[in-house]
Amino acid sequence: MQLDDLYRRVIMDHYKNPRNRGTIDEGSVTVNLNNPTCGDRISLQLQVEDGKVSDARFTGEGCSISMSSASMMTEAVKGRTLDEAYAMAEKFSALMKGEPVEFDELEDIEALSGVNKFPARIKCATLAWNALRKGVESQGQGKPEGH
Amino acid sequence: MNIEEIRKQFPILHQEVNGHPLVYLDSAATSQKPRSVIEAVKRYYELDNSNVHRGVHTLGSRATEAYEGARERVARFLNAPSAEQIIFTRGTTSALNLVATGYAPSVLQEGDEIVITPMEHHSNLIPWQQAAKRSGAVLKYIPLQPDGTIALADVEKAITGRTKIVSVMYVSNVLGVINPIKEIAEIAHRHGAVMVVDGAQSTPHMRIDVQALDCDFYALSGHKMCGPTGIGALYGRRSLLENMEPIEFGGEMIDFVDLYESTWKDIPWRFEAGTPIIAGAVGLAAAIDFLEEIGLDNIDRHEKELAAYAYSKLSEIDGITIYGPREGRVGLITFNLDDVHPHDVATVLDSEGIAVRAGHHCCQPLMRWLDVTATARASFYLYNTEQDVDRLAASLLRTKEFFDHAIG
Repeated sequence: MQLDDLYRRVIMDHYKNPRNRGTIDEGSVTVNLNNPTCGDRISLQLQVEDGKVSDARFTGEGCSISMSSASMMTEAVKGRTLDEAYAMAEKFSALMKGEPVEFDELEDIEALSGVNKFPARIKCATLAWNALRKGVESQGQGKPEGH
Repeated sequence: MNIEEIRKQFPILHQEVNGHPLVYLDSAATSQKPRSVIEAVKRYYELDNSNVHRGVHTLGSRATEAYEGARERVARFLNAPSAEQIIFTRGTTSALNLVATGYAPSVLQEGDEIVITPMEHHSNLIPWQQAAKRSGAVLKYIPLQPDGTIALADVEKAITGRTKIVSVMYVSNVLGVINPIKEIAEIAHRHGAVMVVDGAQSTPHMRIDVQALDCDFYALSGHKMCGPTGIGALYGRRSLLENMEPIEFGGEMIDFVDLYESTWKDIPWRFEAGTPIIAGAVGLAAAIDFLEEIGLDNIDRHEKELAAYAYSKLSEIDGITIYGPREGRVGLITFNLDDVHPHDVATVLDSEGIAVRAGHHCCQPLMRWLDVTATARASFYLYNTEQDVDRLAASLLRTKEFFDHAIG
């Protein structure tokens, strides 16, 4: 069990200097999600214009993994269509299952692949992505999870 | 009390986790099991397994004897006046739910009061929220002192002539504080209210005498006191149990069944519908034997010494916050390290073979009272040593270093 596999430099950088932390004043899609088993919580806001995410911000409290994951997700999702955003969330699920996937949108995200070796922490990493999924679904896009 | 001899009786402790000898500091979540308990359950399944109270055959008699013997064992352990006052349940949660749904509706009317505290575990909080909602009763909280203790003056203020039920945990699973149950019960009784005690965190660690406490209901979990998961018990005052409604119906609990009406067995069997947790009860009785052979007073003393040692040792760590009072606590320390989230603390400790709990510990209102979203908790039991505390302290220093470096 190598801690460096989990706490990669890029993850700690997003934890220390979270991107897109804050709120969008008006006209945004807001999703509040928490992790009832551990108390982590996120409030994600997406500004959607012409089917595209023009801005994404988050606030919340949680561990290094959940907060860095939120930082990366908001960074990657900006400028993407809702369908692309949803596809990215699906790809993130695959990453958590240990499947080799690439994130051309933001390579930093691939650093979270190490979480896969720490089963108790997967739910930390996926919190922000589940919020993204819900946000997209609330716009009538994407598809509800099939399980 | 020879800790090395005690440790030898817990097979699970003798393993490496992530390349380090296991240090198990999560007994407040669930305790480990001594060989005698594991063997008792195994022996039951290998030799005596059968359904209880119905078979005419020999195995049926043996199983019934073992199950009812376990009930007597629990009664003696708690100094309950009789075994009929012990109901086997799935654990503390289902015991408290039984009181809140079986007993509470018969006494609660609109405007009546249920009094609890903000430190309660969700299992001693949500059942009362629900009971209040269903009956129109008011749920009231005894406020906490800044150090997390309860002042009896506040209890006097909170409990009134409208109070029907007071329910308080004996020991907090977060603050480690031991609440003055006997004194609270006295105040409750003076106002005609019944006293319910959540004994999940007290029963494993100290001598319990339900008559001396003068409580009306007392709930416990087997798995936190060296017993198996899935077994717990509710003690109740006889007059209250006799007027309590069953909340589960079916086999075992009936006296006579007709097409449209049925009658129930006597207490406690009317509260145990279906095939009971026989092997669990056998395991719980073995756990009680184990604990009493060592002596609850010895266990209590050992853990308090360990808690005092841990408190002073961990206090030396720069940037640590320890929650709850320094004095009068059981063997658990809940804490946070500055700038490191408790999940990250728990992951780093785990990488060194140390098991602690991180999260809200099923106490979200208490977390808000402490103004944190989560905490880390190290909890000790009879098999823990000062060396375990030393390993924890050393590992916490490395956790700080690791994160200072990683985010530095």
